[in-house]
Amino acid sequence: MNSTELTALATQVRRDIVRMVHAVQSGHPGGSLGCTDLLVQLYFDTMNISPDAFDMDGHGEDVFFLSNGHISPVWYSVLARRGYFPVEELSTFRKLNSRLQGHPATEEGLPGIRVASGSLGQGLSVALGAAQVKSLNGEDTWVYSLHGDGELQEGQIWEAAMYAAHHKVDNILSFIDCNGQQIDGSTEDVMSLGDLAGKWKAFGWRVLTCDGHDFADLQRVIKEAHGQRGSGIPTVVLMKTDMGKGVDFMEGTHKWHGIAPSDDQLADALNQLESTLEDY
Amino acid sequence: MVDTHHITLSPTESKDTRSGFGQGLLEAGQQNDNVLGLCADLTGSLKMNAFKDAFPERFFQVGIAEANMMGVAAGMTIGGKIPFTGTFANFSTGRVYDQIRQSIAYSEKNVKICASHAGLTLGEDGATHQILEDIGMMKMLPNMTVVVPADYEQTRQATLAIAKHHGPVYLRFGRPKVPVFIDAEAPFELGKIQKVISGADLTIAACGHLVWEAIQAAVELAKDGIHAEVLNVHTIKPLDEKTLIESAQKTGHVLVAEEHQRLGGLGSSVAQCLGANHPTAMDFVAVEDQFGESGKPAQLMQKYGLDAASIVRKSKALLGK
Repeated sequence: MNSTELTALATQVRRDIVRMVHAVQSGHPGGSLGCTDLLVQLYFDTMNISPDAFDMDGHGEDVFFLSNGHISPVWYSVLARRGYFPVEELSTFRKLNSRLQGHPATEEGLPGIRVASGSLGQGLSVALGAAQVKSLNGEDTWVYSLHGDGELQEGQIWEAAMYAAHHKVDNILSFIDCNGQQIDGSTEDVMSLGDLAGKWKAFGWRVLTCDGHDFADLQRVIKEAHGQRGSGIPTVVLMKTDMGKGVDFMEGTHKWHGIAPSDDQLADALNQLESTLEDY
Repeated sequence: MVDTHHITLSPTESKDTRSGFGQGLLEAGQQNDNVLGLCADLTGSLKMNAFKDAFPERFFQVGIAEANMMGVAAGMTIGGKIPFTGTFANFSTGRVYDQIRQSIAYSEKNVKICASHAGLTLGEDGATHQILEDIGMMKMLPNMTVVVPADYEQTRQATLAIAKHHGPVYLRFGRPKVPVFIDAEAPFELGKIQKVISGADLTIAACGHLVWEAIQAAVELAKDGIHAEVLNVHTIKPLDEKTLIESAQKTGHVLVAEEHQRLGGLGSSVAQCLGANHPTAMDFVAVEDQFGESGKPAQLMQKYGLDAASIVRKSKALLGK
């Protein structure tokens, strides 16, 4: 898929995100908008997947884990647009009896979700277990995971990082959403992450960096990581993003981490995001 | 005389229940290629060495990182594997409760959480390691099955049974050598109470190490003409309510014995069941809202009132004798 098509998809996904969050006046638009381009890249260009016949075990296909589960709006929109479930179902987000829970869950049987997430720091461990089983099963498939930068303050992430290098898990590609923001403010003010690249390198990972809003750059790091299969070294991408990307008044601030736009703000946002597919 | 079923009152050997787990895991691995073992730096203590040696490619050393172990195990179910995690009960539950809750129980992952050194009988290491709240924590989680077998052979059988059961399971066992009293050919069925002694005067419902204490108590009570029915409630969740209620209807008095806090363990499950279905006079042999301490297992069980003598005393009091 070329970058024009990917950009068009991303624009529609961003429309979905702000409409979903506005409709229930709850949810997390900032991080969702910031990770839109990555998820569109993975699901529409990179991953070998079977949306029509969702298999919890993911036999023979690539799998993705969202560790920072609060950005569920972007994942739900991408899954729906990719054909995992009807796009109309996006209107049920966070409502009673919905399969689209506030944070991703398996209990309601939403296709595309393989583990619950939301309580931070757990997804890398899960992704590593799945990656090891793919190797045990003799698959040449990949496991992708996404984590917030603030999430790296959780200790379990570093337990998992140490484990991955020790066990030479090289069929995992983990992305860190480096937007520099968390609920209470900037990561620098709340709990400085310091030299992130140095930390991951010290834990035995190959560290790549990219612009999370440039499809060509995303494709570059994915290709580079794929080329390192067999090295016995796990790969992490420190992906620079802007929280709230695509909606000017939401960009670059933690204030839109977890609040919903008003009616006027929704109209303003939608004016900035052209509808490229039909709205749900 | 007591009317026994599938047990011996004169066991000839003692073995630790953790060794029953180790043997069961080895056999489960032989029966099913999908069985995996994970351990957090306690391979010898958990008796997982036989599995590790037989299936090195299916054994994963996790190091001292239990939270990661639970997450990795959850991930390993995706792809059809059946991971068994091994560490002490304290580090299998309280330390990793949120990981179990979100990544395993809520996500309905087929992980077997296998926990050794539970309760006071861990002994000299003291209260930091003697978890007495784990049954309560685990039974409260939706989707979780909770199993507390009574001796070596039953722990072996339980390990094989949970490998065949699809869904998250908490399997609790212990460190000390205790009598092997259950017949090797005794049937083991998840979710079914095993009646080991029949009686009409009172019911003693016990789990884990307290089952043997309850049997010894029943023998003592019989000398005074009190005929206790002893139920081995090896599956605490789901609770076999039918067998429990039938026994309570017959005896009218129920004493629950467990190596756990009185609040939240088997006793509270039994009380909740009987309170709703057949209100019955009850009492409890359990730890009374306190932490343990260092000591030899038998000394601790005596001091904290978790032995046969205590069961005899409370049984008589319950019967007004």
